[in-house]
Amino acid sequence: MTTLSLAKAINAGLRRSLGSDDRVMLMGEDVGALGGVFRVTDKLQAEFGRERVFDTPLAESGIIGTAIGLAMRGYRPVCEIQFDGFIYPAFDQIVSQLAKIHKRTDGAVTVPLTIRVPYGGGIGAVEHHSESPEAYFAHTAGLRVVSCSSAVDAYGMIQQAIASDDPVMFFEPKRRYWDKQDVDLDGIPTLGLDDARVVTEGTDLTVVAYGPMVATAVAAAREAATEGTSVEVIDLRSLSPIDFDTIERSVAKTGRLVVVHEAPVFLGLGAEIAARISERCFWMLESPVIRVGGYSTPYPPSKVEQYYLPDIDRVLDAIDRSLAVQ
Amino acid sequence: MSIASIEITGHAEAVALLPTTGGDLIPHPIFSTYVSDVGDIELVQMYTDLVVARRIDTEATALQRQGELGLWAPMQGQEAAQVGSARALRASDFVFGSYREHAVAYLRGVDPTMILKLWRGSTHSGWNPYEVNMTTPAIVVGSQMLQAVGYGMGILRDRSDDIAITYFGDGATSQGDFSEALGFAASFAAPVVFFCQNNQFAISASVAVQTTVPIVQRAAGFGIEGVQVDGNDVLAVLAVTRYAAERARNGDGPTFIEAVTYRMGPHTTSDDPTRYRDAEEVARWKERDPIDRLLRTLEHRGLATPQMLADTEATARDFAASLRAGCIGTVEPAPESIFQNVYAEPHSLIDEERAEFVAYHGILEPGSPEIGSREIGSPETTAGAR
Repeated sequence: MTTLSLAKAINAGLRRSLGSDDRVMLMGEDVGALGGVFRVTDKLQAEFGRERVFDTPLAESGIIGTAIGLAMRGYRPVCEIQFDGFIYPAFDQIVSQLAKIHKRTDGAVTVPLTIRVPYGGGIGAVEHHSESPEAYFAHTAGLRVVSCSSAVDAYGMIQQAIASDDPVMFFEPKRRYWDKQDVDLDGIPTLGLDDARVVTEGTDLTVVAYGPMVATAVAAAREAATEGTSVEVIDLRSLSPIDFDTIERSVAKTGRLVVVHEAPVFLGLGAEIAARISERCFWMLESPVIRVGGYSTPYPPSKVEQYYLPDIDRVLDAIDRSLAVQ
Repeated sequence: MSIASIEITGHAEAVALLPTTGGDLIPHPIFSTYVSDVGDIELVQMYTDLVVARRIDTEATALQRQGELGLWAPMQGQEAAQVGSARALRASDFVFGSYREHAVAYLRGVDPTMILKLWRGSTHSGWNPYEVNMTTPAIVVGSQMLQAVGYGMGILRDRSDDIAITYFGDGATSQGDFSEALGFAASFAAPVVFFCQNNQFAISASVAVQTTVPIVQRAAGFGIEGVQVDGNDVLAVLAVTRYAAERARNGDGPTFIEAVTYRMGPHTTSDDPTRYRDAEEVARWKERDPIDRLLRTLEHRGLATPQMLADTEATARDFAASLRAGCIGTVEPAPESIFQNVYAEPHSLIDEERAEFVAYHGILEPGSPEIGSREIGSPETTAGAR
């Protein structure tokens, strides 16, 4: 076991993928000598050379568009989009090209591209550095969308994403980059890339979260336990597809569901989860599904971001509201 | 045509080798040597290419009018730009086309029936790109150029001397992806040929709406060599594209070609060009017809024999007949095929929806022809591609 931060765990996963497959390459803004603005690609250019780990011009559409061409030539590019709010110039190449090429060509062309996106708030950043755009991509057929929440998952999931023959949007919870865990660098992931994970077991209520909100949900569950409420926390891990079976099993047991994410509640992942679970578990639900998330406002300036972001208290409040329905 | 657009598309600098009024080839200090191997047989072959290409186009337009295709994007007038450039390529080079490169696809070896499938509404593509080393049509204008550059970057890493070529129109040069593609290609010295068919129009918008300088000049700002060629001169286009391909193979990076030509027909079969250009302008360009141009040279050399012309006509006629039969005989996709190939790996949501779909429609045997047949969308309801 090696103690690694989440950022270092991704770095270790990238190193392992680069080492095991010559077709893997890393590309993006400042990923080379600098090692990325969060140092996720630290030292990888020195280790694997400038042909395999390289800086690109500052143009997001260009990064994704050229990566598609590289993938068509047989490579497995891993692109870094420096911050969540900078992904939109690449939207056409991702949504209209990357996501559709396999279907368009009736399966003749596969595009095994991984797009790493540091996302989410809570780091006191300027505008466009704290957003949660995952729903746009989960809404797009042809993309797989995942988000890790811990160093252990980050290490395994980045390798699984790179190994996938489908395009994978890999959302990294930037405020958790420095959270540490013991990681088995020789280990093989026990879960598939599409699988959700029960983080803490409970019997009274289920909280589904992903990415940066998993730690918040676990902390809320711990707090609720002191008041005698047993909360089961599920880390979604995959946002497209969603492992509804795991959620359904939990809700069948608890009868209550709260979904938490940083992205706006309106038409967010929570809306889809609430609808599906209402369909699947209608007769088992003891109370309406409650969503906790960002507001229908642009992401606020950092001095007030704590009022926008879900925190332990807002999750506990949702738990209380759910339990109040008898 | 406005004064500005005449300046933009002027032929003063454009490379030309075929005379416009017959006679000997026009010597060029750089480019003549690139076609010194082109003799009588090759000229006749290119003439046949041009004639077949035009017949594909007219037959497809007829099929659209008869309801067999939902839409068609005619290429009439642009045959020489496409035939000349495609004839400069190796089979192992890779083409990233736009949606009007029917003659290029034909010369890459695509069964033209497959070209029609997209326009019929039977598929979004039509062929396997790896079987002919050419992508299927890119409908979002300009989206293919960056992909060509990335493919070229892969060629470099493979230490191969293949090249990538990307086709686009004058309208595409206004897209951001165009500038990003030139920037990436220059920075990475990618072995890419940027082939712009300046056909003077982006649907209805004159090229003067896109640019105030000749398009070829755009390349210089990126440090990329640009060449303007008479796009209705198949021999000059061949020479210039061979030159650009040679530079790419030799490690000299990208080259930009602007082929000045004219879209004789509508943007698509849904378009009405009489609303935005006058008949005199079209008549002027008809005098520069690329097929007539080559024919005059063939006549000058005594190659336009009745036998050659009859053979060419027979080839084109047979081709059109098989195209028509293939189009009408298209086996339409089964309804449940909409769930195929969305992902390369299993996907639980797709599996779930397909199961619901199959149960709802009572489809017992996937791919059964009764369920697969359906009406083709009428032209009125088929949205025109840009």
